[in-house]
Amino acid sequence: MNIFKISWKNLLFRPMNLTLSLLLFALGIGLASLLLQMDKQFGEKFESNLAGIDLVIGAKGSPLQLILCNLFHVDLPTGNVTLEEARPFLNPRHPLISQAIPLSLGDTYRKYRIVGTLHGYVDLFGATLAEGQLWREPMEVTLGAEVASDLGLAVGDRFHSSHGFVLDENLVHGDSDAFRVTGILAPSSTVLDQLILTSTQSVWAVHAHGEEFTSEIQDSSALAVGQALPPDVDPMLRKLITSPGEEEITSLLITFRNRNFQTLNLLRTINEQTGMMAASPPYQINRLYSMMGVGAEGLRALAYLIICVSAVSIFISLYSSLKDRKYELALMRVMGASKSYLLIMIIVEGVFIALLGCLAGLILGHGGMELLSGFLQDAYQYRFTGLLFLPQEWILVVGSILIGLLASLIPSLQASHTDISRTLAEG
Amino acid sequence: MIRTQGVAYSYDRTTILRFPDINCASNEHSLILGQSGSGKTTLLHLLAGLMRPTKGSIAIGNEDICVLNGSRLDHFRGRNIGLVFQVPHFVRSLSVTDNLALARHLSGLKPDPARITELLKHLGLNYKAKQRPDALSQGEKQRLAIARAVINHPKVLLADEPTSALDDANCKQVVSLLEAEAKKEGAALLIVTHDNRLREDFPKAILLEKIVSSTS
Repeated sequence: MNIFKISWKNLLFRPMNLTLSLLLFALGIGLASLLLQMDKQFGEKFESNLAGIDLVIGAKGSPLQLILCNLFHVDLPTGNVTLEEARPFLNPRHPLISQAIPLSLGDTYRKYRIVGTLHGYVDLFGATLAEGQLWREPMEVTLGAEVASDLGLAVGDRFHSSHGFVLDENLVHGDSDAFRVTGILAPSSTVLDQLILTSTQSVWAVHAHGEEFTSEIQDSSALAVGQALPPDVDPMLRKLITSPGEEEITSLLITFRNRNFQTLNLLRTINEQTGMMAASPPYQINRLYSMMGVGAEGLRALAYLIICVSAVSIFISLYSSLKDRKYELALMRVMGASKSYLLIMIIVEGVFIALLGCLAGLILGHGGMELLSGFLQDAYQYRFTGLLFLPQEWILVVGSILIGLLASLIPSLQASHTDISRTLAEG
Repeated sequence: MIRTQGVAYSYDRTTILRFPDINCASNEHSLILGQSGSGKTTLLHLLAGLMRPTKGSIAIGNEDICVLNGSRLDHFRGRNIGLVFQVPHFVRSLSVTDNLALARHLSGLKPDPARITELLKHLGLNYKAKQRPDALSQGEKQRLAIARAVINHPKVLLADEPTSALDDANCKQVVSLLEAEAKKEGAALLIVTHDNRLREDFPKAILLEKIVSSTS
């Protein structure tokens, strides 16, 4: 026999009251926990996928869409730009740009995006190979870790991509050569895990529809740039730069040498003076946050409101139970319980409800996140998890204890001031 | 074992209840008789340390309970005074066994499951040990209340109208049980009642007159 057992039995004796209080509390805490997890995991994905990119250049359209599509691979491309337009920025001798990574999107294999790019794209995320090697020749691909494990592909396997971003048997590029897996990346917890990487030329080849793809230098500007390239340049970049100007890419991911007013102007210059669009990832992400923020704030307010209501429910449940238990409390005093014993007993009851509710809420929140992660993964191409516990959730636990204390304060004081003699006399 | 001297209690400033001195030794059993309104319950609550007398002293053993205060009084009461009420009440959320264990726990004594089992067996309640008190009949409840009153080996056993709600058969049973248990524990037994059926069983009786005097 101890005070916890007595409190616990008292709670169980009124299962309806207990259930209502627990349900409300669990709902509030569950929602709060879910929001914390979403906030954290979305934020983390965005952070890790920014990869130090200063500027994204692509076809005109929505700048946010450009960022979402090319950095996070969630939205559709704004369109393509010609190599002719993009060529100046690819030049390794560009005074402002230290690196420009071209991306060619448009094809998928079993919902995973195929990205035509350079090896520099892998380095952006600091990813490493788990097995095999990176793509070299056209039609060679390197798989992200998630793609390989989900589709069960291994080095040496072949597949046909399909056109567009939806799974449709009619859009499979059956007439072109198959892609061949040459390597698989180690998991990097970035968007790379969800991508199939290949060379820009492979994407072009697939869309050339059987025509023999040639990388002959066809126009003079390409020739000029090619000749001016330093000798130590990435051979794949050299090949790309010297490709025909009418070939298309989806975007360029730009890293600046230094950030200064010239780089600031570059964005405006591109937007005003070329047929392309440039967008700043941090700026667009902030815009996205502020747009989503209203909804998140609303949900957060709702969570706090539910927690407040559940605190009131604990208070009412304890307070009304005291009416039934007045005689019992007096009896306990007769049996030797001090005033403070009754005080603590009622507080323990309140804290019990709050802690149990908090526990149930955390299970609910994480279960909900795990459930949601399936849907989110389909929608955002990212892996989410409900099994990640955040340090902030300790605040929820501590907060719950405080709420339990607060809600039981008045009832516990009332219990400890029970007039033994009068209560017993009234029977 | 229990000794009072010049105990008086006033509910308000104008009237005062004066009680006759009581002296009840260990193993001595006594009735306190009085009509309703004579302050029987008040006296019992004073003796049990649930209220503090306005005047006078109450000693249990060698302890003057009128000078004990706070949790020390609560503990003293839990250990030395067994109380049986007219209508038996229990902590409804706890089982029969746990209600007895509670009495030991609240008075700060070590758990003693053997004592509980023995008491329940002795009172014929062991077959309901795991049930809640609500499942007991009126007679069983009164027996359980007696078990609870004696579980801590009290020096004084106080009973407040323990028989007034019972029929003759149950009345006899409860009284003899109270007497037997008090004897077993060597406790002083004081039964406050207006039930004249008890008079023949108790040679010693203290009569409470309606002694209400005005202080002004």
